[in-house]
Amino acid sequence: MLSVERLSVTFETARGPLRAVDDVSFSLAPGRTVALVGESGCGKSVTSLAIMGLLPESARIGGGLTFEGRDLLALSPRERRKLAGGTLAMVFQEPMTSLNPAFTAGEQVAEALRVHEGLDHPTALKRAIEMLDRVRIPEPARRAAQYPHQLSGGMRQRVMIAMALACKPKLLIADEPTTALDVTVQAQILSLLAELKRETGTAILLVTHDLGVVADHADEVVVMYAGRVAETAPVEALFARPEHPYAIGLMGAAPRFATPGGRLASIAGTVPDLMAPPPGCRFAPRCPFGDERCAEQPPMAPLGQGHAAACWVAPIA
Amino acid sequence: MSVSVSTIRPPQSPARRALSAFLAHKLAMFGLLVVLVFVAGAVFAPYLAGADPIATSWSAIRKAPSAAHWFGTDENGRDVFARVLFGARASLAAGVIAVGGALLIGVPFGLIAGLAGGWVDAVISRVADAMLAVPFLILAIALAAFLGPALENAMLAIAISASPIFTRLARGMVQDAASQDYVEAARAMGNPPWRTAILHILPNIAPSLLVQATLSIAEAIIAEASLSFLGLGQQPPAPSWGSMLNSAQRFIENAPWLAIFPGGAIFILVLALNLVGDGLRDAMDPRAAKR
Repeated sequence: MLSVERLSVTFETARGPLRAVDDVSFSLAPGRTVALVGESGCGKSVTSLAIMGLLPESARIGGGLTFEGRDLLALSPRERRKLAGGTLAMVFQEPMTSLNPAFTAGEQVAEALRVHEGLDHPTALKRAIEMLDRVRIPEPARRAAQYPHQLSGGMRQRVMIAMALACKPKLLIADEPTTALDVTVQAQILSLLAELKRETGTAILLVTHDLGVVADHADEVVVMYAGRVAETAPVEALFARPEHPYAIGLMGAAPRFATPGGRLASIAGTVPDLMAPPPGCRFAPRCPFGDERCAEQPPMAPLGQGHAAACWVAPIA
Repeated sequence: MSVSVSTIRPPQSPARRALSAFLAHKLAMFGLLVVLVFVAGAVFAPYLAGADPIATSWSAIRKAPSAAHWFGTDENGRDVFARVLFGARASLAAGVIAVGGALLIGVPFGLIAGLAGGWVDAVISRVADAMLAVPFLILAIALAAFLGPALENAMLAIAISASPIFTRLARGMVQDAASQDYVEAARAMGNPPWRTAILHILPNIAPSLLVQATLSIAEAIIAEASLSFLGLGQQPPAPSWGSMLNSAQRFIENAPWLAIFPGGAIFILVLALNLVGDGLRDAMDPRAAKR
């Protein structure tokens, strides 16, 4: 349904061009959840903004983005906007600031319906209240009349999800949807997303750095590092047998997957400066397994069953 | 899905909160009361004045305030109380219309500059800066002199002179708002840029614009009085506080009431408008200390 082909995004900065996303490819099928994983600055958010068409005009986008057979990059801004919010929807990271403080929750959900389905105000508001009910907001009619400052963080994120799902999108991009929420609310929001996915068949692109979330909610995983894809795998395969040294390192650093009682492992070194990335494999300077081949960018090595890693050394075991 | 209507409470909108804070602001309420007295005086001037503001009387020239002429009479025997009341019309109209014009000119440019950025922003901002570099009153006088002496031209001159303040204010707040997540969310929802600007950003910057507008009305009233004082605003014999002050100059020693009443009217009205503006600012700024 969604196919990302060798996507690259370059920003012009005062210090020169910065390639935030480089040669990223993956695809997403209806009703599936693909997790885009990596640490801050690895390009996962830029990738999702590129799919939504929300990058600033100064960003140069290369490669291909195809959605249901349509080349997204060839569409006019007007056609992109028609897709955004209707067929493609997005839930943002910060529920505290992603809602407009000047409008009630109901009005904001209704706004999506008015923009895309041309509903009149009363009808849209009625549908908005139904949407709030669907995202399990108790007393939806009362909540609909409240302003964001009167709602808790979890409640606001539910409103955001209601806004995103109001127009029955085929693809929902959730950019760190639970990062700003506390743990119990995180679990509720994620299981809500899973339920809604089952009900509507919406595909979800889940952008996160939380491997626990990935393990529970994703079908496939794309691990990104410094703007490139390090490894793609079905979720079970990734957790059972991570192949890229970076993915192996991530597993060691994740509390849930580390040896009980043992110290959490950390990956030595820091993320490379994208203004001057290392030649070849970008993880090489931090990689405990590297050898002389790593001076050249490794291709994605197929490892069977949809599993692939951009590493010369893989499979390591 | 069933919804019990009884559970719906009136929403506590930001506007409602600000309104209750404003109503609780004693100085602002006092200012508002004074402004309303002036507005009522201007609106009902024909009924309250008890005299024709233009009719001259050779039998009552420069008479001190008395029961017949509360504020005395001027050098042409005209009733000063009537002239102050009718003069309030020129001042208030000039203040409100000029600031309305300044908003209409200034805010769209500010929105465009803040959202478009780049060279569009550079051009609009530099023009606004250049206008702000010239003192407000000097710019208004220059424009009014260029347009020709008339109250309408004075209003236009004041509107143009006051507009860069709104351009700069709107631009700054739009830039601030545009980096907020809810604006990104509005774009993600497929809102075209103009819709994002008008429906999503404008309501959030409107309170600050309202505060500035209130304070600007006070400035515009002073500007109108100054232009009329210089003969560039309201034309005689129609009454205006500024032109009244001008003719009062010559008689300041023998007939001080000619200067005191129009001058006092300007002073009190401007002070009251500033109190209202300060009260609005306190009410709309959630960070302002609670009184």
